[in-house]
Amino acid sequence: MHGIYLDYQSAMPLDPRVLEFAKKYLAEEPGNPSALHSVGLAAKSAVEEARAKAADLINAEDASNIIFTGSATEANNLAIRGVALRNAVKGNRVLASSMEHISVLNAMKELQKNGFQLSLVPVDSEGIVDLVALDSLISKETVVTSIMYANSEIGTVEPIKEIGQMVHEKGMFLHVDAVAAQGRIPIDVQSDGIDLLTLSSNDIYGPQGAGALYVSPKVKIQPAMVGGGQERGLRPGTENLFAIAGMGEAARLAKLEMKEESERLRSIRDGLIKEILKLDEAYLTGHPTRRLPNHASFRFSRIEGESILLTMDAMFDIQISTGSACSSRTLEPSHVLLAIGLKHEQAHGSMVITLGKYNNPDQIPVIANAVSQTVQRLRALSPL
Amino acid sequence: MTQVGYSKKVMEHFMNPRNVGVIENADGYGKVGNPVCGDLMEIFIKVKDEKIDDIKFRTFGCGSAIAVSSMVTEMAKGRSLDEAMKITRKDVADELDGLPPQKMHCSNLGADALHAAIEDYWVKTGKIKRDEPEKEEKDHEGVACPTE
Repeated sequence: MHGIYLDYQSAMPLDPRVLEFAKKYLAEEPGNPSALHSVGLAAKSAVEEARAKAADLINAEDASNIIFTGSATEANNLAIRGVALRNAVKGNRVLASSMEHISVLNAMKELQKNGFQLSLVPVDSEGIVDLVALDSLISKETVVTSIMYANSEIGTVEPIKEIGQMVHEKGMFLHVDAVAAQGRIPIDVQSDGIDLLTLSSNDIYGPQGAGALYVSPKVKIQPAMVGGGQERGLRPGTENLFAIAGMGEAARLAKLEMKEESERLRSIRDGLIKEILKLDEAYLTGHPTRRLPNHASFRFSRIEGESILLTMDAMFDIQISTGSACSSRTLEPSHVLLAIGLKHEQAHGSMVITLGKYNNPDQIPVIANAVSQTVQRLRALSPL
Repeated sequence: MTQVGYSKKVMEHFMNPRNVGVIENADGYGKVGNPVCGDLMEIFIKVKDEKIDDIKFRTFGCGSAIAVSSMVTEMAKGRSLDEAMKITRKDVADELDGLPPQKMHCSNLGADALHAAIEDYWVKTGKIKRDEPEKEEKDHEGVACPTE
């Protein structure tokens, strides 16, 4: 990589230590974990070791509660459709916050074809789930409620423990998409009261091509597809050994280094927020304090996000993200920014910075200066 | 291979846009798009001997919106008004070595802004009558944005 990469939420570089640990499973020891010979057993051991490491990151009761998948999107689908369809006799309502990841929202919309009723819980202007609304929307028929641990576009961290209590008093199961939060803040599925939790390998510097779903021992789900019985039959298919072994090692390192790394990134984040908010008509999006330590997100009046992204990239070799409509396939602004009550013209001017291991405090003035020049350049072009 | 992202020419115009600014006492002025949809552009023209003697633009929008505005001003400058009226959205996109499909409509408004500026000039000089009274700028809630 070159320049200054500030889009860790989109993709993270593979940790060299993870590559070193897992690379033998690509070429030297490509065993099938289902085979009973010594090569197969070594592969099986690698998968089980990874399972234990992933379980440890989120304090799962037992390693067997972790189901490896091919991605977080797949884990979200398995969780939501799996729990809803398995428990359909008990109720036909599903609930999500209005700023869930698109894979959660689309899995729930798909369930509507099976006769489920979907309700969306609003969030406030800083992205915190409206607990009063949640309380009123949830019922004994609500088979699954899905609320993300933290939002990847605005960084807001949700009060998951309170939400867990509410769900368990009135509804059935809580699913939590923890992709943005994992490895950044501590997650404890037992004390948080989480029934199903989605993890992603790449979002903790692991290889792309693996995700995982934590399934509490109290919950029964049905598979999204059928096959040869791997992963307790919930996610059949020969295991992606390299990605799974790598994800396990990435989870171990994430747990080990989280506290120190999050402190380090928090101070860079705070420096960036302080500098960037000095600009005219620059606003923070998301919560000022209840936010991920690596996350700084903004909006700027009178300019458009894709132009911000392109200018930062072409002029300064700095990579950021945006929730602007023009950068999306649907040409709609980010549903997250609309959920926190921004108008379309406000949402178009968004910029998202997610920090990671190759960022350092010396970059703060460089980034702040690049943002300032980009905003000035685009405002000089703007008729607004 | 499918083209990924913007052409070099789009990026070149985006990074070094031509004819940026306003013309005080312009002979014609056109404004199209809507900030709600993420693209708004305005074009100012100065006319001499029925030719576009000077042209400037300002644009709020994505990379292609800015590149399109820049390109259309370059294509129109020095041309007769009748010739400039014949510049189409496709001509502008072709000159930029193409635009990604989803950008062809939403941000390819340069030719429309140019035509609006020329029509404004023709209305002011009495050559044509304006079809409809100019719409008031309203609060834009409920605006339908082009999606393809």
